[in-house]
Amino acid sequence: MLLGQDHITEEGEFVINMGPQHPATHGVLHLKIGLDGETIKKIEPHLGYIHRSIEKMCEQLSYRQFIFTTSRMDYLSAHINNQACVLAVEKALQVEATPRAKAIRVLMAELTRLASHQLWWACMGLDLGAVTPFFYAFREREAINTIIEETCGTRLTQNYMVPGGVMMDIHPNFQKRVKEVLKQIKEKAHEYDELLTGNVIFQQRLKGVGYLSKEDAVSYGCSGPTARASGVSCDVRKLFPYDGYEQLKFDEILNTEGDSWARYLVRLGEMKQSISIIEQLIDNIPEGDFQAKTKNVIKLPKGDFYQRVETARGELGVYIVSDGGATPYRCKFRSPNFSNLSAIPKMAEGAKIGDLVAIMATVDLVIPDIDR
Amino acid sequence: MTNEELKYSITELLPVATYDESGEFLNIIIPSDELIPLMKELRSKKEFDFDYLFCLTCIDWKDHLMMVYHLLSKVHKHCIVVKAKITDIQNPKIESVNCIWKTAELNEDEVYDLFGIRFLNHPNLRRLFLEEDWKGFPLRKNYVDENMIKL
Amino acid sequence: MDIKNNVPANKLIFPGQIHETPDGGFLITKLDEVINWARSNSLWPLIFGTSCCAIEMMSAADAKYDWSRFGFEVARASPRQADLIIVAGTIVMKMAPVLKRLYDQMPDPKYVIAMGACTISGGPFFYNTYSVVKGVDHIIPVDVYVPGCPPRPEALLHSMITLQEKIKNEAFFRKS
Ligand code: SF4
Repeated sequence: MLLGQDHITEEGEFVINMGPQHPATHGVLHLKIGLDGETIKKIEPHLGYIHRSIEKMCEQLSYRQFIFTTSRMDYLSAHINNQACVLAVEKALQVEATPRAKAIRVLMAELTRLASHQLWWACMGLDLGAVTPFFYAFREREAINTIIEETCGTRLTQNYMVPGGVMMDIHPNFQKRVKEVLKQIKEKAHEYDELLTGNVIFQQRLKGVGYLSKEDAVSYGCSGPTARASGVSCDVRKLFPYDGYEQLKFDEILNTEGDSWARYLVRLGEMKQSISIIEQLIDNIPEGDFQAKTKNVIKLPKGDFYQRVETARGELGVYIVSDGGATPYRCKFRSPNFSNLSAIPKMAEGAKIGDLVAIMATVDLVIPDIDR
Repeated sequence: MTNEELKYSITELLPVATYDESGEFLNIIIPSDELIPLMKELRSKKEFDFDYLFCLTCIDWKDHLMMVYHLLSKVHKHCIVVKAKITDIQNPKIESVNCIWKTAELNEDEVYDLFGIRFLNHPNLRRLFLEEDWKGFPLRKNYVDENMIKL
Repeated sequence: MDIKNNVPANKLIFPGQIHETPDGGFLITKLDEVINWARSNSLWPLIFGTSCCAIEMMSAADAKYDWSRFGFEVARASPRQADLIIVAGTIVMKMAPVLKRLYDQMPDPKYVIAMGACTISGGPFFYNTYSVVKGVDHIIPVDVYVPGCPPRPEALLHSMITLQEKIKNEAFFRKS
């Protein structure tokens, strides 16, 4: 669309551009697609339409400030991104968050995951031409947003985590409201199934489409539900637990089919697991401080520190290289979407052009997280 | 394998490697032209089996550039960090690891875009984020941009 | 508070006077006003979201905030069918020509809402960035600015009502 380079390649493929302005790319992703008739032969992603130089910015920001640039990266998992940063700083400083803070963090992270998956479900319907799921999913998403707003002050880019704990204590209404929302979500869960999951047309658009093998998923560095749907066990909460996930009971949802339908089911299953995690914790938030004491000006010791967390889309890694100063020397965010995107050409190879939208919808890309 | 065992086996493979164990992972620092043989061993040998390249990036240390590869084995659940030192900062180049881990392709495009390291044998090296005619490599420490507003 | 209370009462009613007669009625009004009334209540926004603000824009479309109360629900994916572009999210150098092109493709008369700190000034990405456009008004003319990072859906709705008022006071035929 932008480049106007519709032409035929040497191999006789017809090249079309999808994006950067396209409603189904969930942002400003630009894919160049080589077509033979209706069959996809090749996809080349072109990025950078929302490259905001976050990594460069972080080199000038203090260790308290740089955390908050990350809520703008994967804004649907803003809490979890922040959590990754504070955990990295805590690891370097060798301080530990208070038990209360840890519980609050996990609760917030799981609420975010729920809200994020709900938005994915809504967009999934929209992309495939069903408008109703959008209203259903946003009903619950708004309820969660209201809870988060009550405690953190904002709805989307929360900036609630600080090194050593969380910024302020939870709102007195928090526990009551969370229970209400969980009840609502559980009561309405069957609506989700009736609307999309049980829909024959919907199933047929996903089943057998966009297959990704286990080897490819590993080789392409996929993570999160995308990789788990191909049978790769990669849940960071299980493999490298942080913030007390090791004490919670939940399952890692795995599926071995590797197609779009499997990815859909994995995400739905994850929503149930998140609910169960929240239920385990909501009545057991330990008493005590919500913040451990840290110095005002944080200086990390020399060296490199890597911290990974499981966002709603996969494994986010924060890699901080410190030269002993008050700002990071180099800060790299290993974004889950970036690797998942690199597998899309593989998934879509040989598929029909109409299925590409379905494939991208199940991978659930957030473009600013890819571009950073 | 534990870090000690990893260190022992890698010293056998590549005696010039130096190690840094101060952090969480075992860091191996190698000269840039030794990269591909070592990486191939790390990927293919059964006892290493590093099949998951989860982070590929670069650090500009002003007098040299350091490529950083974070590797994980999904089978043995051990991690390792390989750092390849590039001393030629005027015209930096290194072999691509795209033939070993496919995720490297886009990641190396990114490093080329932001650091200007040329990857040899890379299938499609291009500026990933910035326009083709962008001047300079923004994440280099000596990058200047008159339009940038400093805090 | 319901955002609807913010709308001045005289803007809610149809512009003009209806004179009832036994077999129907007369309408006395100005052509300008009728056209503006029609235009302002059927603005078709373009689906254009680059980043975080787009999520709040989606929230404004859901059942809780429901922008269709004000006639905004016909969101279009093609600029050729839209007459309002809500710039939701950061615009970077590489995106700037695309945005300009989208704007050029929209039929006149067209309007722009700049949503979020990023589109007003670069927002959180003002300092130390090399690729962010520091405000969309460097690229396209903006009618209404909505501050916030991200603005709440209510703020977006308010901006849309403000835009409607602006349209209602425009002179469609007369050159002012
Ligand atoms: S103003 Fe804030 S929320 Fe909106 S696009 Fe910019 S960073 Fe994201």
